[in-house]
Amino acid sequence: MRAIEVRGVEKRFGRGREAPGNQYVRALAGVSLEIERGEFFALLGPNGAGKTTLISALGGLAIADAGTLSVMGHDVRRDYREARRAVGIVPQEIVFDPFFTVRETLELQSGYFGLRRNGAWIDELLDKLALTGKAGANMRSLSGGMKRRVMVAQALVHRPPVIVLDEPTAGVDVELRQTLWTFIRSLNAAGHTILLTTHYLEEAQQLCSRIAMMKDGRIVALDSTARLLTAFSERVLRVKLANCDLPASLAAHARRDEAGWWRVPVEDTAHIENALAALRQAGAAVESLEVAEPELEEVFVKIMRQDAVAESVA
Amino acid sequence: MSGFATLLYKEVLRFWKVSFQTVGAPVLSTLLYLLVFAHALSAHVQAFPGVSYVEFLVPGLAMMAMLQNAFANSSSSLIQSKITGNIVFILLPPMAPAEIFLAYLIAAVLRAMVVGAGVFAATIWIVPLPLAHPVWALAFALVGSGLLATLGIIAGIWSEKFDQLAAFQNFIVMPLTFLAGVFYSVHSLPPFWQAVSRLNPFFYAVDGFRYGFFGQADISPATSLPIATAAFAALSFLTLFLLHRGYKLRH
Repeated sequence: MRAIEVRGVEKRFGRGREAPGNQYVRALAGVSLEIERGEFFALLGPNGAGKTTLISALGGLAIADAGTLSVMGHDVRRDYREARRAVGIVPQEIVFDPFFTVRETLELQSGYFGLRRNGAWIDELLDKLALTGKAGANMRSLSGGMKRRVMVAQALVHRPPVIVLDEPTAGVDVELRQTLWTFIRSLNAAGHTILLTTHYLEEAQQLCSRIAMMKDGRIVALDSTARLLTAFSERVLRVKLANCDLPASLAAHARRDEAGWWRVPVEDTAHIENALAALRQAGAAVESLEVAEPELEEVFVKIMRQDAVAESVA
Repeated sequence: MSGFATLLYKEVLRFWKVSFQTVGAPVLSTLLYLLVFAHALSAHVQAFPGVSYVEFLVPGLAMMAMLQNAFANSSSSLIQSKITGNIVFILLPPMAPAEIFLAYLIAAVLRAMVVGAGVFAATIWIVPLPLAHPVWALAFALVGSGLLATLGIIAGIWSEKFDQLAAFQNFIVMPLTFLAGVFYSVHSLPPFWQAVSRLNPFFYAVDGFRYGFFGQADISPATSLPIATAAFAALSFLTLFLLHRGYKLRH
């Protein structure tokens, strides 16, 4: 049994047939995806790629036109009660009920899931999300970052095995972001499956073991973070030279960026040693130097561009 | 506590926390209606034999307030949740359509009952009323406010903006309640308008409710209760169908 299984899901918004001039958006154009239990998985893509629609379909906020979705083996339509009990979704938009305090909000949310005495877990959630001091405060009086954390707590009141976070760190300051990730990491270590969307690619790179990239309602890349990084990015030695060009032995594989830095691909320490030796031999005056690790941002940009090329060819 | 019980509790708390507006205000406006209409019309209208116009007016006005507040409660709660977006917290948990329906329905009926009780508590000192058939009165109060609570759920689901809900309220609910025989006996109307009144389900609720007090009505309560109940049942099925389909809630 997988944590999440998505098969051939299609979703369009708007009326009428797909035709020029019709208000018609194809949000999901046949998405299939499997996420194993215990994974920390990132769903990335530009705005409008269909990430939020997919998450909505998973939580029953949207109904797919075709295909099936299941959470912990429960179909989100047929066994909607079990499926919804198995998943906790933190929606992207900050929403709250201004009638209630933080604690009331969490007690109500527990009640909606049929949980009666949930006080101990609510206290723990408040503590882990640094909200204890605000438990009695009305939702209206909280800052955006605090409201966001209350939403995280709301999604977790029923201890769901699968946790879905739709851009949870947008508008949250650095310290709170770290509090949040420490907590989510501990949940993942305790066996919870995490599905995350974010525009902060370094977050995804640090946290997630596997990544799917979406564009125009399709999945355009799906692999382990490590493999994506090796395939689309590289470790480079970045050098800025004061007096001369790069020695010929290095220049063969190197590129020069707009700011005048040379980028020399280096796989391991031996490569770095060799490159430095070559520079010394050539008498190059090194102005600045660093080893840059592969970056997900580069992978993302390349994949999005590649997909655009493939489209224009098709 | 089940999801249903929690949602019901939340919906009751929602109007109770602002009861000055949700209960106090409608009681006051009903008293104003009573004052003005009784003063202006009591000399001209005799609806039922042996019943003064002011007496005749009180149950009708109470019912009108109950109907309007039942509608207001469910519709405004839903439209506010939809517009602020916090409806997701009700849509994400594992609640069945029937649970959501019953919670909104019962909370709205409860508010209607509190408003109705408030109207009687405020008028009993000025206009003491007989209570010939309390069970009939209660049955019509429940069915009538249930009908409007359900209509309010439908309006709340259908509306995407406050002005759409306002249109629903001003062009459907208000005319139907005003023309439900609150201020007059339909027997005083020309035959055509009598026939039109009989197409209005709200009329049966008002007329039957009045029967509970005076033991006389335009139509036998044995006829009007089944008609009002049928209208309530039909709208309930429609609401359950809409909730089941996720109409305008689950996109």
